[in-house]
Amino acid sequence: MTLTKKDKLWYGFIICAVILPFIPGVIGGGSFFGHVATMILLYAAMAQSWNIISGYGGQVSFGHSVFFGIGAYAAGLAVVTYETLPWYGVPLGMLTAAVVSILISYPCFRLKGHYFAIATFAIVEIFNRLFMIWDAVGGALGLDYPILDDGWKNFSWSDTKTGYYIGALAIFIVVFGIVRWIEKNRMGYYLLAVREGQETAESLGVNSTIVKLGAMALSAALAALCGAFFAQYNYRVDPPMVMSLDMSMKFVLITILGGIGTFWGPFLGALVLIPLQEYTRAYLTHLGAGVDLIIFGIIIIIVMIKEPRGMMGLLSYFNKGKKEGEAKL
Amino acid sequence: MSNFMQVLIDGLLSGLLYALVSAGLSMIWGVMDVINFAHGEFLMVAMYICYWLGFILKIDPLFTWVASGIFLFILGAVTYRWIVKGSLGKAAMAPLLATFGLSMLLKNFCMNRFSPNFRLLSGTLLDGKTFEFCGAIISLPQFVTGIFSLIVVAALYWLVKKTRLGWAIQATAMDKEAAELMGIDTEKIFLLVFGLGGACVGVAGGLMTTYLAVHPEVGGLFSLIAFVVVALGGFGSIPGAFAAAILIGLVESFTGFYVAAVLKYVAVFAIYLVVILVRPKGLFGW
Repeated sequence: MTLTKKDKLWYGFIICAVILPFIPGVIGGGSFFGHVATMILLYAAMAQSWNIISGYGGQVSFGHSVFFGIGAYAAGLAVVTYETLPWYGVPLGMLTAAVVSILISYPCFRLKGHYFAIATFAIVEIFNRLFMIWDAVGGALGLDYPILDDGWKNFSWSDTKTGYYIGALAIFIVVFGIVRWIEKNRMGYYLLAVREGQETAESLGVNSTIVKLGAMALSAALAALCGAFFAQYNYRVDPPMVMSLDMSMKFVLITILGGIGTFWGPFLGALVLIPLQEYTRAYLTHLGAGVDLIIFGIIIIIVMIKEPRGMMGLLSYFNKGKKEGEAKL
Repeated sequence: MSNFMQVLIDGLLSGLLYALVSAGLSMIWGVMDVINFAHGEFLMVAMYICYWLGFILKIDPLFTWVASGIFLFILGAVTYRWIVKGSLGKAAMAPLLATFGLSMLLKNFCMNRFSPNFRLLSGTLLDGKTFEFCGAIISLPQFVTGIFSLIVVAALYWLVKKTRLGWAIQATAMDKEAAELMGIDTEKIFLLVFGLGGACVGVAGGLMTTYLAVHPEVGGLFSLIAFVVVALGGFGSIPGAFAAAILIGLVESFTGFYVAAVLKYVAVFAIYLVVILVRPKGLFGW
């Protein structure tokens, strides 16, 4: 039996899903490595959620921190303000993010290229400043979590962080599973068709507005899911942390450095960038503030000059002749 | 009434400052269809240059803007040669992200070397001087910056519209291949445009040190406003960017005074969204 490339990807996916839960058991729950592993999975899921609309859909958004922030605030408000379980906040946050994303995108999809990108910058700034002065969500101080009992009920652990790892893994599997499913279904082909030529796709009967809005809503809802996890993990939410241009750029950079518009790109990007970020931050502090970000900046420049298709582009050198990288911006 | 005049004049003056900051970005975008994400950090570098020249050598920013302008011309040209050129034409967002990498590099380098402290030059020639006009008090440093803004924007406009070099720049912006066939060295034009874009922001940063504090994050808000100004004005249109900058300045100061100070940037970005949705290519875009 010969495996097609797609089958191989599926098996790789299943194998990862089976093996990854055992890693924290091996390395010990509260360790720094455990933290890095959790962050890799979370950021890979975030990047993949962005990849839906911006990679497969071709609408490069710098506004995803808004949806991420809505998710984070939904979990935070549920725990801090309403003193219930974060689980009630998660679906509400995802729904709100989806609705907000549709309201924002419907007019903005008319804009092309840089006009769209700058509009999404402006939206992040507006949300950031509104949340800064909105007292009901804690304003500039943000929401600080109280001490909660450990366990799945509160989705909170204090000493061993294995629960967070499992949670991040679950989000990772859900997000990557959904994207895999889309890729194989009609929706995925519609999205690619709209990216490659909106007019052509429309002439063949694809309703490009519905397709793009659907992809955006899904992308926003998944970003909100990641945001809720982020709030639980950090035990606090404030506007600069979750709803800022810096956070938006993380979605963009991880995906692009990994390989935009490819299934494994976001995971590869997170796999390389997150350990780099966490370890340089931990071990280069004696060189003064900001050294980790200087290195980060240099890497971004080099990748953009040498291989804008990212890691997936680099990988395609190894299996030359097979297929040119699918990445396209 | 005097309140109104004061708010109007403050708005005009900050509008002129935004016009000066955005002029270079507008030119780069218009000619190369590239957004220089490191624009705000260029501004920061220029401010640091004039701050240190003023602090160590005691030369007033009123003169050192020449130095920061020249240095930023070189920085712009080097950025084009080493960073933008390599990423151009590979993927639509590659130059934007490459210059984003540069902005992280510059910002954190200054953070690392100069600490995140706010630094303000004191005792400069224009420091604290004001004059009265129609019942409004105008600060002299801002006024001088405004004058410079008018001169720089007019000079840039004259350069692009009236000189042979400007015609070559316009030709390159319209059709790169055709311009090359006409014997224009487009490579040189791009280099020059990036240099000039840098020089404009260098002059802006130099003059800003007369009344604004410099710190590593200073570029963030200014670059966002510059992006909004340029997009609002329309693709590479210098008069468009100028009009948009004045509009943004007025919106900022009127909302700040009559609505709420915390909402002024919300209003700025909201007005951008409203205008851009009515005219997706900006005020003067085609």
